[in-house]
Amino acid sequence: MSAPTLPLDCAGVITPSDSSPAIVFENVAMSFGTNEVLRGVSFHLPRGETKAIFGVAGSGKSLILKLSLGLIRPDSGRIIVLGEDITHMREEDLFALRAKIGMVFQESALFDSLSVKENVAFRLMEEHGVYDDEIDRQVREVLRFVELEHTLDLDPSELSGGMRRRVAIARALITHPELLLYDSPTGGLDPVTSNTIIELIVKQRDVNHTSALLVTHRLQDAFTMATHQFDTKLNRMVALPKGQHCDVPMSFLILRDGKIIFDGDMQQLAHTQDEYIREYIS
Amino acid sequence: MELISPTELAKEKVFTVQNYIVFCLQALGNLFRKPLYVADMVMQADTVGVGSLPIVVLTGFFTGAVLALQTSNTLERFGSITLVGQLVSTSMVRELGPVLTSLMVAGRNSSGMASELGSMIVTEQIDAMRALGTDPMKKLVTPRVVATVFMLFFLTIISDLVGLVGGLAISKVLLGLDARQYWSNAWQILVFQDIFMGLIKPVIFGFIIATVGCFYGMNARGGTQGVGRATTQAMVAASVLILAVDLIVTRLLMATLSYR
Repeated sequence: MSAPTLPLDCAGVITPSDSSPAIVFENVAMSFGTNEVLRGVSFHLPRGETKAIFGVAGSGKSLILKLSLGLIRPDSGRIIVLGEDITHMREEDLFALRAKIGMVFQESALFDSLSVKENVAFRLMEEHGVYDDEIDRQVREVLRFVELEHTLDLDPSELSGGMRRRVAIARALITHPELLLYDSPTGGLDPVTSNTIIELIVKQRDVNHTSALLVTHRLQDAFTMATHQFDTKLNRMVALPKGQHCDVPMSFLILRDGKIIFDGDMQQLAHTQDEYIREYIS
Repeated sequence: MELISPTELAKEKVFTVQNYIVFCLQALGNLFRKPLYVADMVMQADTVGVGSLPIVVLTGFFTGAVLALQTSNTLERFGSITLVGQLVSTSMVRELGPVLTSLMVAGRNSSGMASELGSMIVTEQIDAMRALGTDPMKKLVTPRVVATVFMLFFLTIISDLVGLVGGLAISKVLLGLDARQYWSNAWQILVFQDIFMGLIKPVIFGFIIATVGCFYGMNARGGTQGVGRATTQAMVAASVLILAVDLIVTRLLMATLSYR
């Protein structure tokens, strides 16, 4: 497989928006027994930006997503999500915050006892007070967004891997979250399906300007996201001309041995002198 | 396989018991917090109650029948064969009805709950539920506990009744006893303490079945192998706990109810 080429024509860097960052990690450490997975990790995700997280297997990429959602508590450090310190937040209070966050799990994690419609509508049904016809309308709308409206009454077991991933994205998007967390959304999928998923993520980023953390092993996916924009008129992702790549709100973060060894935009990544990173992206 | 020191093993067991107690308190506490998932409770009641009905009926019938058969020989030696109805009645209502029904339901549902919730854990469905803002303890555990306690109470009554019918079948067909006399003896021997003891036990055992099954399921780790382990452990733990608690509850009730 040929390595994706890095465009070197970027003239500027991403400018964080004026509002507070969507996610802030301050010196976060996390161990499982004697295995130190994260060692003093600090970074921030500006609002409206998508940050792709790379690293070898077991480097703590998925752990960062689970920490951001409060599913796991860090051993030390501080995590602020959408302006709220979640480090020591009670589970009951976290449920309210999670209403503003959508997560797409590595293996989709669809509820296999529920239909596609019930999976996507799960959050709305749990809110108690949303009328059935309103739920139906919103489910159809979000399934149309991922181009799976025809699967409404199917069970998750009847879907292909790519379709399951798109339903998981629809489930995460139904309440229009302010922050999205994608855990290897294209993992194990063929290139064509992967491209469809990436297009959906780019669509969400450029149409709704949602902040996102994206964990991936596939460098080409992240580079596609950094070099393309969603065209609402054509209703598809289009490649940006050279010189405009820095208009894309996209950055990269690379983990190694529990520490961040790179956090920056594509231009900085392309010009890095770090041997490990150069080898990683080549 | 790594060897664990006895101290570590003891600590691990105490820690598990502590976690189980906290788990039970959470499951009970959720009854007083909104939302209360009534639809899920009804669905679980159908799975636990209606689903377990055939095995409970069969177990009850054959237990009552074999009890009549086994005791008839001894009673005949003392010239008291007519007391078969009394013996089947007290044995079924006080002890065998609740315990055997609970063991059957534990075998079917405790393991079922452990495997279902365990599978949800290893496929990240429980994490997904938390991520979607729903408390899995409220949505999955509390409805199972309420449904099992409620349905085991009625399943035990059915089992007692079917057990008496089983005893009647043997008394009438094989022992040649009068059916009316059998029913009369079986009914008249029962006192309030018998009924109370026989109906308080399924409430306690139902709680054990559901909480043990859900506890092992929610703590399943290590993929499909972990789910299999949780399923087996849940069934064994629930069965042993039912028998041990039965002894304690029987002794306590006999002392407090001034049993004859």
